[in-house]
Amino acid sequence: MIAPMRKRPLSFYFLAVFFGLFVLFLYGPMFAIFILSLQGPDGALTFPVRSFGFHWIASLFFQQQRIGDFGAAFQRSLLLGFIVMAVTVVVALMAGLAFRQKFKGSSFIFYLTISSLIVPSVLISLGIGIAFNLIGVQTNWYSSALGGHLTWTLPFAFLIMLGVFNRFNLSYEEAARDLGASEFQAFQHIILPLIAPALIGVALFGFTLSYDEFTRTSLISGARNTLPLEIFGMTTNVTSPALYALGTVTTVFSFSIIAIAFLAYGFFAKRQQP
Amino acid sequence: MLKGWKSIEPYLLVTPQTLVFLLFLVFPIATIFVVSFWEFTGYSMTPAFTLDNYITIFRSPVSLATYLNTFKFVGLVWFFTLIIAFPVSYFLAFHITSLRWQIILFLICTIPFWTSNIIRMISWIPFLGREGLLNKLLITLQITQQPLDIFLFSNFAVVLAMVHLYTLFMIVPIFNSMMRIDRDLIAAARDAGASGFQVLKEVIVPLTIPGIAIGSIFIVTLVMGEFVTVRLMSGGQAASVGSLIRNQIGSLQYPLAAANAVVLLVITLAIIMGILRLVDIRKEL
Repeated sequence: MIAPMRKRPLSFYFLAVFFGLFVLFLYGPMFAIFILSLQGPDGALTFPVRSFGFHWIASLFFQQQRIGDFGAAFQRSLLLGFIVMAVTVVVALMAGLAFRQKFKGSSFIFYLTISSLIVPSVLISLGIGIAFNLIGVQTNWYSSALGGHLTWTLPFAFLIMLGVFNRFNLSYEEAARDLGASEFQAFQHIILPLIAPALIGVALFGFTLSYDEFTRTSLISGARNTLPLEIFGMTTNVTSPALYALGTVTTVFSFSIIAIAFLAYGFFAKRQQP
Repeated sequence: MLKGWKSIEPYLLVTPQTLVFLLFLVFPIATIFVVSFWEFTGYSMTPAFTLDNYITIFRSPVSLATYLNTFKFVGLVWFFTLIIAFPVSYFLAFHITSLRWQIILFLICTIPFWTSNIIRMISWIPFLGREGLLNKLLITLQITQQPLDIFLFSNFAVVLAMVHLYTLFMIVPIFNSMMRIDRDLIAAARDAGASGFQVLKEVIVPLTIPGIAIGSIFIVTLVMGEFVTVRLMSGGQAASVGSLIRNQIGSLQYPLAAANAVVLLVITLAIIMGILRLVDIRKEL
């Protein structure tokens, strides 16, 4: 593209530097533990790096008795993340469909959902914990913690769905109906493909927010820890780069999930182009 | 027949979401409220109606100091996230003109949000620790002879980590507000002879206020109930209301923890009401 180069104001360069520093602030520490996790056996918690190697990453997988049961906690968090993701997508999609028309009580449901965002997380944990205690039900990661996570993922998912359906062009659906499609057929062949990219976004929110959640799990996960709780426990008794190795492995895992979500998003968004 | 189905359809569709919030939001908070009036008898709680828990909170200098400390964290984190988020959003919204680059740079800011907070806190150890890079730098520059302990395990570290974790919650709403500003307004202000600074002050800042308000609500909510960052980054030395509640649960003092939670919720809601009274955010929703 040949366009006349517009002269950039001085503020552009100042703000560009500021933005660069901000990105460094965001990613610098993460990059540091990534490097420190790739040390040899003589590695320490701080720089300088004396030797490079995969000693600490390997120790996660082969010396579990020294580091804690991170494998089981990882499996638990993974499963919980997928359950939260599935429930979030289905429930928020249903609510989004309902909100396409005005109905009595809709603003109550709207404020109920949004209010979940402005209640400090510690109240959710404490409240669910005490409530389960009073009813006499054991807290567990797949019951009480699942509920706690949904109070955090659903408002975000709901807001995304509202945004999508606000911009949704109703004429496609009406055209399908005019051609004789049933309600379900219109949903399956018209609505679903059109909102698929947004559903990927909702799924990404649902999974990652649950997978990394600490506060809304901490008092209500029952006897067995999820991964963030396990890592928090490690911070007090593990003083080797194994801690960083675990950080690196879980962050790489998070990044892969984000990458998969973006690929899926791109795939569904592309299919919509004529 | 079909007409009747149409009218109950939205209610059926919205039932699961409503149930989730009634079961895991409304019911637990109602429980907290009720239990905050119960008695604690040394090892268990018994139903009662007493204001003792609240009186304990307001009479204890320790808990009042903890509340003050929490407000300090909220104020500092709010201030720093705002002065970082505003220029970052401004740069993205007004200086980056290609949509493609706007999306890429915005995603760069967003991706850490989808990774673990605990890991992001731990990642400050190599920088702030006794042997960390910051101390090494200060010693090399001969600003100090001995490594300083004040960086890690201090209020400074707590605020730094919270700013690191939560700035995104300020960036997204501010960026969103800025993207909605009609570019013709800015051009009109320029044509009328406004300087760059005047455009910022008279057009952009006023139209960004709703975004700032939403970001501020997020920051207040997130920081008011914090206990993980406080616990981890201060090494247990600093206290917040969240960590106070956490400790009281540790010693099974549920009614006292519940009373603290009620006070915390009331203060949080009061601040949010105050913000909403000053700023009309409905257009942003």
